[in-house]
Amino acid sequence: MSLLKYESQQREPLVGGNKDYHQVTEDIIGPIEMKPSRLWYIGFYLSVALLLFGVYSVYREVTYGIGQWNLNKTIGWGWDITNFVWWVGIGHAGTLISAILLLFRQGWRTGVNRAAEAMTIFAVMCAGQFPIWHMGRVWMAFFVLPYPNSRGPLWVNFNSPLLWDVFAISTYFTVSLLFWYSGLLPDLATVRDRAKTKLRKLLYGVASFGWTGSTKHWQRHESLSLVLAGLSTPLVLSVHTIVSFDFATSIVPGWHTTIFPPYFVAGAIFSGFAMVQTLLIVVRKVMGLQEYITLGHIEAMNKVIVLTGSIVGCAYLTELFIAWYGQNPYEWYAFSQNRANLFSPYGWSYWLMMFCNVVSPQLFWSRKLRRNITVTFFMSIVVNIGMWYERFVIIVTSVYRDYLPSSWSTYYSPTIWEIGFYLGTFGLFFTCFFLFAKYFPVIAVAEIKSILKTSGENYKVKMTDIEKADAEKFYSEEVEHAH
Amino acid sequence: MAGGIKKFVVGSFSDEAVLFPAVKNVRKAGYKIHDVYTPFPVHGLDHAIGLRETSLHTAGFIYAITGTTTALSFMSWVFTKDWPLNIGGKPHFALPAWIPITFELTVLFSAVGMVLTFCYLCQLSPFVKKHHFHPRATDDLFVMAIECTDKTNDAEVQSFLEKAGAKEINIQVAETGWWIGRYDREQKLYREEKGY
Repeated sequence: MSLLKYESQQREPLVGGNKDYHQVTEDIIGPIEMKPSRLWYIGFYLSVALLLFGVYSVYREVTYGIGQWNLNKTIGWGWDITNFVWWVGIGHAGTLISAILLLFRQGWRTGVNRAAEAMTIFAVMCAGQFPIWHMGRVWMAFFVLPYPNSRGPLWVNFNSPLLWDVFAISTYFTVSLLFWYSGLLPDLATVRDRAKTKLRKLLYGVASFGWTGSTKHWQRHESLSLVLAGLSTPLVLSVHTIVSFDFATSIVPGWHTTIFPPYFVAGAIFSGFAMVQTLLIVVRKVMGLQEYITLGHIEAMNKVIVLTGSIVGCAYLTELFIAWYGQNPYEWYAFSQNRANLFSPYGWSYWLMMFCNVVSPQLFWSRKLRRNITVTFFMSIVVNIGMWYERFVIIVTSVYRDYLPSSWSTYYSPTIWEIGFYLGTFGLFFTCFFLFAKYFPVIAVAEIKSILKTSGENYKVKMTDIEKADAEKFYSEEVEHAH
Repeated sequence: MAGGIKKFVVGSFSDEAVLFPAVKNVRKAGYKIHDVYTPFPVHGLDHAIGLRETSLHTAGFIYAITGTTTALSFMSWVFTKDWPLNIGGKPHFALPAWIPITFELTVLFSAVGMVLTFCYLCQLSPFVKKHHFHPRATDDLFVMAIECTDKTNDAEVQSFLEKAGAKEINIQVAETGWWIGRYDREQKLYREEKGY
């Protein structure tokens, strides 16, 4: 028996049960070939219904104008931009898992990366809706692109963070899509080669681009994945940095701070991982993938959640301290009165955010709770509520009282169509995710196979026996040979 | 479509640990390995069958600097030559403010260019069809195709592969290139269809 790669036997197996390569294919591709369950139909139709409600809400906004929303004189960005930042943030976990963890050679990534990347793409699709429809006259949306036009040509302002956002989000979407799809090709070819019906053969044949599994192709594929990971890593950091510039480059109290980029990126990863947990806990249960998305995977993601949650907490306290230390009366007013004062109109949202994002994730210092599915699922929702409120707090509490007390606005609460639009993006997100879970391999089959012999439970058991039997002989023959 | 119809002795292995010594022995015996098809990337196999390193990443770098140059030259042309805008009295040549877009276009050009190059080099595209030596090469088998020349003794290669640990061994005549086709239709060689 020769080892291609050695992994310590102390490590928890990443693939449970007694598996061989074929069994991995069966377990992951099998559900695609079956009729969808009743639960799937219920979930799918519910999502489509939400999506349609969203479409109708947007229809009203386009037909009657932005007045359909409760935005007012000082609150020009309400729920809409809150939702935009929230969705973009959620996308970040997918890229972190697939790109950054690939560069760090984290084997556990293989179980969750496919679904997380899909989540990224759908979340960015949802995020993109908000700035586009917020334009009001959406038929002018192409004005954000620098194209030769008959007005001069009058170009876009390349110095504006809002334009940087256009480039950042569209690049992020394109690169994530390419990364995801190039990784899917070999797995779609697996589905194609197992297909029984003509329609499946046709569709998966088209989708898999004629992939054969040739060694040369794999070699290029590996190179491609590595470089795309290397590109996506700074890209994902740049995207939320640029989103934070939308705020940080302004002179609005509460926005004008240099801490925003790292703080936004940490928050994005925090909420993204929470969303991955929400989705995967359901997926592993419904599709019976507990042996691929193990408690070890969930624990690893909870560790990321407690880390990034604490970074976010640190950032909250830092900006509070700097607001006081900076001695700018407007800045300090925004923090001490508009936010931290529990009895101010939006004080409740600030403390809700503090509780959800800073206090509650501290539960995950306990190993027992990190490995508890119910707690994790509950926490993943709490974190996403908290992160939504973070964006709400930043946007609304900074602008509802500006420099001129006479224009301080009355209490802002969204209209049904604003809420409908937000719910609609949930519909879009889950419609896409349900279709993905039904028609695509939700776990990267080829990648699981490549770690099976080092991290599969049955192989690990075997290895432990060999090691125990004659440790010295084992190391000289296997480990040194492998290096 | 470059390729042509050739004859192959095909051996399928179920374990990469058996495959590696087999590859070594087959090459030592002087047979020509056409390709090995695997369900996942087997590390070191490319070197074992004598492939050179890919230069795809170099292409990626070239696309990246193309993106950088495009972004920087376009923005400076627009803001210093074509339509200089006075934005708060700030310099027209506002290099620091252009870094974000320059970076994004660098990444975009590199990623898109690399993926297209990858698809071109590996002849991957919708409606592209190729000969598959074994349907389980994307499932759990490692399929080695050895090219037969006029001098090759097929029976000898077959028994050689058997000794090397191959599970299924057969002889296939196949088109090595690609053709436009659909996977729900019967496999038909490109030249046959065209009546060559």
